[in-house]
Amino acid sequence: MKSISLFAVLITAAVLAYGTIDMPDFGDPQAPANLHVAPRYIEKTHEETGVTNMVTSVLASYRGYDTLGETTVIFTAGISVILLLRRKRDD
Amino acid sequence: MQDNIIVRTITRILIPFIQLYGLYVIMHGDSGPGGGFQGGVILGSSIILYVIVFGVDQGRKIIPEKLSDTLNSIGVLIYAGIGLICMIFGGKYLEYNILPLGSAHFASHIGMLGIEIGVGITVAAVMITIFFETARQER
Repeated sequence: MKSISLFAVLITAAVLAYGTIDMPDFGDPQAPANLHVAPRYIEKTHEETGVTNMVTSVLASYRGYDTLGETTVIFTAGISVILLLRRKRDD
Repeated sequence: MQDNIIVRTITRILIPFIQLYGLYVIMHGDSGPGGGFQGGVILGSSIILYVIVFGVDQGRKIIPEKLSDTLNSIGVLIYAGIGLICMIFGGKYLEYNILPLGSAHFASHIGMLGIEIGVGITVAAVMITIFFETARQER
């Protein structure tokens, strides 16, 4: 049974390693991930959002919904801690 | 730690600078590294330092339960409220440049600053809440 597991792990590792051969170089400007929306963020950030920091423009403007969700997650975490751990004054 | 005069004095001196830096990080999120999440954590950590040095009961005098509970939700409310205000003025949800503040650039800038402040308030309040509630368990 152990040898079957080892075999499965090795095969998976080999397949994954084979998959990385076709990947674009790190930071390659011609990589598909850098050709879709990234050029628009870089070229139009100041024109469309009025701020100079690209990270903030993506975080707060282009992906505003996402950040609202993140803030809600943190808020939910705080409320959960209050509900689970808060003790009454008189115990 | 309440008895150690060096720790108490240094803490009293450091806390205003930590809070000022936290506010700086929040307000400069649009032009440099930083933003609501990071600045909120720095603000919260100043209160945590105060509680570590002066104790939970003294800390609760500065930030009562009601205040931190309210601030928890006020941050999200500011964020979602700015989105709704954009809708009231005829834009889409969170479309800041529709706000009537002169130029679209300036309106968008102010809108982002507003949501960064909202995020900062929530993150700081949640940090403080988690610290207070877990610190209380030990007794």
